[in-house]
This record gives sequence, C-alpha cells and structure tokens, in this order.
Amino acid sequence: MYEGMIAETVAIRGHDGDDVAAYYARPLGAGPFAGVIVIHHMPGWDEWTREVARRLAGRGYAALAPHLYSRLGPGSPDDVAAIARAAGGVADEQVVGDVAGSARFLRAQPYASGRVGVIGFCSGGRHAYLAACRLPELDAAVDCWGGGVVVDDPSQLTEQRPVAPIELTPDLSCPLLGIFGNDDRNPSVEQVDRTEEALRRHGKAYEFHRYDGAGHGFFAVDRPGYRPEQATDAWGEVFRFYERTLRAPAGGPTE
Amino acid sequence: MCSYITERVSVEGSAKGPDGWMAVDTATVYFDHPYHAPLDHSLNVDFVNAAGGAGTRVALELSAESARSLVRAILAVLEQGGEAHGGALAPRGRAAGG
Repeated sequence: MYEGMIAETVAIRGHDGDDVAAYYARPLGAGPFAGVIVIHHMPGWDEWTREVARRLAGRGYAALAPHLYSRLGPGSPDDVAAIARAAGGVADEQVVGDVAGSARFLRAQPYASGRVGVIGFCSGGRHAYLAACRLPELDAAVDCWGGGVVVDDPSQLTEQRPVAPIELTPDLSCPLLGIFGNDDRNPSVEQVDRTEEALRRHGKAYEFHRYDGAGHGFFAVDRPGYRPEQATDAWGEVFRFYERTLRAPAGGPTE
Repeated sequence: MCSYITERVSVEGSAKGPDGWMAVDTATVYFDHPYHAPLDHSLNVDFVNAAGGAGTRVALELSAESARSLVRAILAVLEQGGEAHGGALAPRGRAAGG
C-alpha cells in the first residue's frame, strides 16, 4: 500500500487578514482528510513543531502549524521568538485569530473532510484551550500541559492575556483532551484538578490523562524530561481521541 | 514550563556574533525551555541591538546552576577589577576611589 506525504511552508491569512507563514504537512491523495492545527510554544516555531505536523500527517491528518511570530520576522525562528519574548509574547486575540485563519485554510482545501482539531504544547496548550472556548468552528482540542489556564496571581493577567482561559470554560464548544505530568508545577496537580472541576461543573466533554513519573514537556525526546513510556501512551491517547472526534461518523459518541 | 517571566535591562557594550562585533543596548533575561541546550529549562540571555533585526542577537542558554556560578564570577571579577584598576569600575557620577 502506498503511503506518502508532502510537508512545506505555506502562507495563510491570519488575524486581521495578515499574511502568516505556516508549516503544512499533509498526506498525499484525494482524502478526505481531517485537519489539525498545531500551536507552537513560547520558544517558537521550531523543529519540534514541524515534527508534530509530520507525525500527524503520517497518521492521515492535514496538519498546519502557523508561525505565531510571523509578523515579527524575518529571521530564523529562534531569533524571531526572542523578539516575541522581549515583547512579552503575542496577544491572545491575535493567536485566536491566527487559529481561526488556519481552520479556514484547512477547510478550503479540496481534500478536506470539513473537520478541524487543534493541538498545543505548553503555552500552546493554553492557546488550544483558549481557542476551543473562543472558536465554535473547532471540532476537537488537545491541551498538552498548558500552564496558565488557571491564573492565581492577577498580576499575570495583562493587556495581551486579559482573561484566564478557565474563566471561558462555559464557552468550550468541542471535546477536549488534556495530557499532563503529575510532577509538573505549571500547571500543578492542583491547577489541573481545578480545570477538571470546571469542565465537570459546566458539563463539558473532556478526558484528561495524567501521568505519574512525568513532569512538564515529557514528549521532548531531546530533553532530560523525556519519558518514553508515558509519551508513547499519551500519543496513543491523542490519536484515539482524534479518531473519535475527527474521523468517526458524525453523530457518534465523542466522549 | 513556558512562562512570560522576562527581565529586560539596558546594557552598554558590544557582543560578537557570527557576523562579527556589534553594539548591544539591551539584554533580555528569561528562564524557559531552551532552543538548543539539552536541558528542560535554561537561563537564557539575549544580547540585542534594539534597532537591529531579528538576527542582531547573541544568545546564551545556561543551566540554572551555571547561571548562578556565572553571576558570582561576574560580581567577583567586578570587585577585583575595581580594586586593581583604582576605582575604574565605580558607577558613573561617583568619584573614583571614593
């Protein structure tokens, strides 16, 4: 059986109609393929982000990773990320707009199935939660260890990040998968408990997988925090979740 | 964890990057995931020329322990250098040797 994919940089229309670069990996063939938006973390639009997009494409999804710092470029992703860092990151409104633009791009492709999910890691996990609450057009969201969904220190709320995503939980409009390490401190176990409580209280469709012996970012194979057993299991949960939410016939169980 | 904890400080001096020496006027300091260092988190310093583009940056990623060692070394050298150079390292506006 032939398998193939193409992975390339493309341009999409993001927030405010801005041109935003994106890394786009998709299977070859007529589809239909569900789409997944990959939200990069604070250090930038890096090699890990590209690997995730290719991994998703290898499993049959059209995966688009927008460069959230596009407007600050040109330059290498790490240099541009440094500019974003010095400016305090990018505004939530802009990120949500870029995710919306990414969803439009994915749905516009002739091989699109019409369903679009999102996945984010670290600050990208927070953005995934945020986008799932703000964008009713998303069909599934995966939050991998997103810190800052719960905000205990009001001084952390800024003009760029004015609302704690947990406050938007009533507006969550798609099933949510959360992946967390129980040794993580941002988010802490207690903060993840509170997020679960909010999801239950508002009757949201969600599942959390919380791993002992794992801390923050335990998928990263090039860091000491890599946990192969937990990461392998968690990736399996991610793909089972997407199979259920992005590929199963509409109207079937999504929880 | 990804955090937005960032300190920016004005600096005066020069840094040498792949394109040679450049003036730097800002240092951005943060503790977060590194881009290159094989660490979960690192103390990162970007020495930049604010008027330059994204590439006018000399970047550093250190473990927390080595960053603290570096701070101690910097302070020790400033202390010794001040004594050796007769107060040349005194902050501007204060009399040398005073």
